[in-house]
Amino acid sequence: MQQFLNVTLTGLGQGAVYAAFALALVLIWRSTRIVNFAQGAMAMFTTYLALVVIESGQSYWVGLAVALVAGLVLGAAIERLVIRPVEGGPELNAVIVTLGLFVALQALAAILFGSTFRSFPAPFDLRGFTVGGVNIAFTANSIYTIVAVVVVMLALVALFRFTDLGLKMRAAAFSQEVSRLLGVRVGRMLTLGWALAAVVGSLAGLLIAGGSLVFPGYMDSIIVYGFVAAVLGGLDSPGGAVVGGLTIGLLLSYVSGYVGSELVALAALAILVAVLLVRPQGLFARTAARRV
Amino acid sequence: MTAGTLEVAGLTTSYGPVTALDGVDVTAERGRITAVLGANGAGKSTLLRTVSGLVRPDAGHVRLDGVDLTRAPAEDVARAGVAHVPEGRGVITELTVEENLRLGALLGSARKRTDRRLAHVYEMFPPLAERRRHDAHVLSGGERQMLVIGRALLTGPSVLLLDEPSLGLAPRVVAQIFGLLRGLVDDTTTGLGMTVLLVEQNARSALSVADVGIVLNLGRVVARDAAATLAADENLRHAYLGF
Repeated sequence: MQQFLNVTLTGLGQGAVYAAFALALVLIWRSTRIVNFAQGAMAMFTTYLALVVIESGQSYWVGLAVALVAGLVLGAAIERLVIRPVEGGPELNAVIVTLGLFVALQALAAILFGSTFRSFPAPFDLRGFTVGGVNIAFTANSIYTIVAVVVVMLALVALFRFTDLGLKMRAAAFSQEVSRLLGVRVGRMLTLGWALAAVVGSLAGLLIAGGSLVFPGYMDSIIVYGFVAAVLGGLDSPGGAVVGGLTIGLLLSYVSGYVGSELVALAALAILVAVLLVRPQGLFARTAARRV
Repeated sequence: MTAGTLEVAGLTTSYGPVTALDGVDVTAERGRITAVLGANGAGKSTLLRTVSGLVRPDAGHVRLDGVDLTRAPAEDVARAGVAHVPEGRGVITELTVEENLRLGALLGSARKRTDRRLAHVYEMFPPLAERRRHDAHVLSGGERQMLVIGRALLTGPSVLLLDEPSLGLAPRVVAQIFGLLRGLVDDTTTGLGMTVLLVEQNARSALSVADVGIVLNLGRVVARDAAATLAADENLRHAYLGF
């Protein structure tokens, strides 16, 4: 029972991060129909920036702020400078460009920050709570992770549901032509969409790094899990990304806890294949079919 | 010059090697419905798409009250007061009815009065008011046409471009929509009627509501006259209008 509780709580904490990462993928997919394979590398890069700031003696929170602002700028710059020129061309071009970015950013990070493992501080305690003499593998840092993800999700929901800007962004995502005819500056909305996605991705990168080790490839497995979560949720649905992320987090945690941690990556792949076979449109997508 | 005069001069547009519009001149004036008629492929939709900035012309001019809009992007043409309702209606089905309308209202000049202006549209189209909170995909064809016209009006345009508003609608609904257009153009309460440029394959209905008609064939203007005169010209009707 104690193990079940621990495995479940660990899964929820991990799932929150996958959810944030999946959300970043969904934000970009919805507006530009591009799966951003560079998402993880972008997050890795901004996490390194935060690490530099923190190691220079600033607090964790200054580092967090720097990472999020850097994510915003990086996302906007990448959309404007790299993605815009290939938009409207064959879909594969954009995919290849994001893959190229992924490789380039990882190499650049290795050059700038070194390719050795470096430990990243956690803002809160990493020891589990003890309730009635039983150790629970749920730390103050996990609570912070979950709260941070929930706050960002609620902020995004509020933006998209209740503001004029959010309405314009959604309209631009659903129909560029109609939006332009209504005076919406679609180009700006796409840039903003990438920027917001990069902020959410940066947060995910920072949260997963907290109390752990970073190196240029540390986000690689998160990209896979985040992608599986996004596909499970239906790529088009922000709510689906959240549910997908938590589901993947829990499932992988059970696999790791009861079957063996070496099978986690295989399990993620099995889930991906199963989803694409049984319900390729995902659990929450409204559109009936998708080309894979 | 009255506000809302749309002048198209020598407009030439091509898609690759295919010339869709070939030196077309059209003037649409305030208080009038100008109908552009012709068979499928005559260049009617291309005319509207070039005017609204979705397609770039090879040559010619588009002017609104003397202001050149020829190569302006669609966003800027919309902001200048030209509302284009595209063929296939342009309802964003993933948004609710009210969100679709609000999107139009965001461009209108008096943002503070958005709620009042929305209320006015709901008054004009009661079926929309009943479904304001529903996703727009639940609307029928006629209701969708109401939604896009209402949304276009909320942008506060001086010129309304309509592409095949009668397509797929029952004759009774078509009459209703055209009656509404007539009301917008004649607007006697404020004296601020609009300019309407209407593209239609359904020539008979269009000529019954329009003031002026222009007939396109293979990208060129082949006839231009008062709507009643065109409707009475039997040869022209047989050759180009199919009724």
